Amino acid sequence: MRYAFWPGCVSKGAAPELYQSMVRVAPELGIELEELYDGNCTGAGVISEHSMETADALNARNFAMAQRMELPLINICSTCQGVQSLAQDRMRKRPELAAQVNASLADEGLFYDAEKGLEVKNFLWVLVEDLGLDKLKSMVKKPLTGLKVGPFYGCYILRPENILGMDEHNERDHYLEYVIEALGCTLITYEGQDKCCGFPILTINKKNSLTMAANHLSSAQEEGADCLVTPCPLCHLNLDAQQPDAAKYASVNGLEVPILHLPQLIGLALGMDPKELRVDRHVVSTRKVLANL
Amino acid sequence: MQVNLKVRRYDPETPETEPSYRNYSVEMPENATVLDTLIEVREYHDGTLSLRCSCRSAICGSCAMRINGKARLACKTQVGSLVKDGGEIVVEPAGNLPVIKDLVVDMAPFWSKVRAVDPWLKTDGPPPEREYVVPNESMAALGEVMNCIMCGACVSDCTVLEVDQSFLGPAALAKAFRFVGDPRDDAQNGRLRAYSQPSGMWDCTRCNYCVEVCPKDVKPMEQIMKLRSEAVHAGIKNNNGSRHTLSFVDLVDTNGRLDEFRLPVFTEGKFNLIGQLSYLPSAPRMLRAGKMPPIFPHKIPGVKHVKRIFKYFEQNRTKAGEGSLH
Repeated sequence: MRYAFWPGCVSKGAAPELYQSMVRVAPELGIELEELYDGNCTGAGVISEHSMETADALNARNFAMAQRMELPLINICSTCQGVQSLAQDRMRKRPELAAQVNASLADEGLFYDAEKGLEVKNFLWVLVEDLGLDKLKSMVKKPLTGLKVGPFYGCYILRPENILGMDEHNERDHYLEYVIEALGCTLITYEGQDKCCGFPILTINKKNSLTMAANHLSSAQEEGADCLVTPCPLCHLNLDAQQPDAAKYASVNGLEVPILHLPQLIGLALGMDPKELRVDRHVVSTRKVLANL
Repeated sequence: MQVNLKVRRYDPETPETEPSYRNYSVEMPENATVLDTLIEVREYHDGTLSLRCSCRSAICGSCAMRINGKARLACKTQVGSLVKDGGEIVVEPAGNLPVIKDLVVDMAPFWSKVRAVDPWLKTDGPPPEREYVVPNESMAALGEVMNCIMCGACVSDCTVLEVDQSFLGPAALAKAFRFVGDPRDDAQNGRLRAYSQPSGMWDCTRCNYCVEVCPKDVKPMEQIMKLRSEAVHAGIKNNNGSRHTLSFVDLVDTNGRLDEFRLPVFTEGKFNLIGQLSYLPSAPRMLRAGKMPPIFPHKIPGVKHVKRIFKYFEQNRTKAGEGSLH
């Protein structure tokens, strides 16, 4: 399994532990990553607030590089997934937009064939659809029995469903649960696992943003989760790095919910060294997780 | 087919006012709607059940409620389509609005927010002798938002309203765009300034719930994004939301990728030391965990190509008046 790899800005910035765990876990799963070192930010749904066409062209630039490599594109960020899927959808439906976008790429010698399209998949989807849950299960060397794990998806990998291919793959909104169970963990479900972490408004309305994070973390802790796992580094930033500040809006005392990136949880089940997976590189200590392994 | 309903009941007139669930099992044809089923229950099984409905054909917007955890019109949802969700159909009142009784919610907060955006045309000068004439294409951007039937499904499932009832919300803000985007309206700038206030357009967290649940494909969140775009291009920059968007654009233009070190600083305003200092407490813990974004961001090799893309669309915007609705 070979993919053009778009790691996203955050895994190269404030969440380096995500990038480092992904590049170590992928080869163990037989996933070959050809990183798009010259790829650019997807816009995270923010650049499109300024100019939708510019945001679509930035995404088309990444897509064109992957098409030239004749590889499907893999990302490790729910936000990138949502933005990429929406951009693809717009360019497929509006050939005049695709033509304009390609005009902006022409000087670099790039061309995105919007009609042909490109398979763009989050690591979570790759695990279930390309690798397969049975194969994943067979690779588990250290079943995480006894570890109680709750899923946290991130909005952009769940909604809008029709843009995210859920007409064809209608269980994509359950994949995290499937993966958690495949690794031998005890699945914890809780109110808020499908909702917004609050990150997009952190610098705009901090109280609302932290209250959102606090509500979900409180309900996960009440349901007995040892940790949460997320395919989205932006959710990780709000749920982990902001958790000490969110605690004052929490409905439980002593809020402490470690948040793992998806490749970290996979790596632990593959028997990899937690240090190598950078499990110690979180704001909320992961001691609780490691003690349960 | 046998339909098993689990309905959330609440009666303010009984001493025991805690909401509770009651189960009903009724025989219905497969193409029956949830509304047909609720009416069947009310007429033949339990006359105390209260619900609000009128047209039964997804036009009046009266019967929005939560069905299996998601806001939908009861009259547009067939029971047969819900079988895959499991045997039981859970019916609850719409969220984020006070419950009057059972499935009937108080729409007063909904309407007061719609009224707060001044949902009428504001024109300068005397009206034309006959009707206002506008070219078809200038109304095209409003096609989605004009489909709104004011049912409140988006408000029910809005994740911001869940934590802050002061937020104007998806329905009112979509309505706001309906007038900002109308070529006959002359109050765009004043509107955009008003909607840029706290609890307005910048408080939306872009969770896409409203887009997902809207029964009329209004895409309220996308209308809010259009409001933001109009506000930014109208030069309304004295708020964190607008500065966040503009700084994000600048930083990606400069580096080809995001600079997380500067983004929050610029969002607070380059000279707003007090705002910037509010980020200080989180710096040591980020640093300790090895998560501090680099002070000197890495530029991608092809940053000049990214710059050219920004420039290309900026120039085309000026030439073709793109993004400008008028």
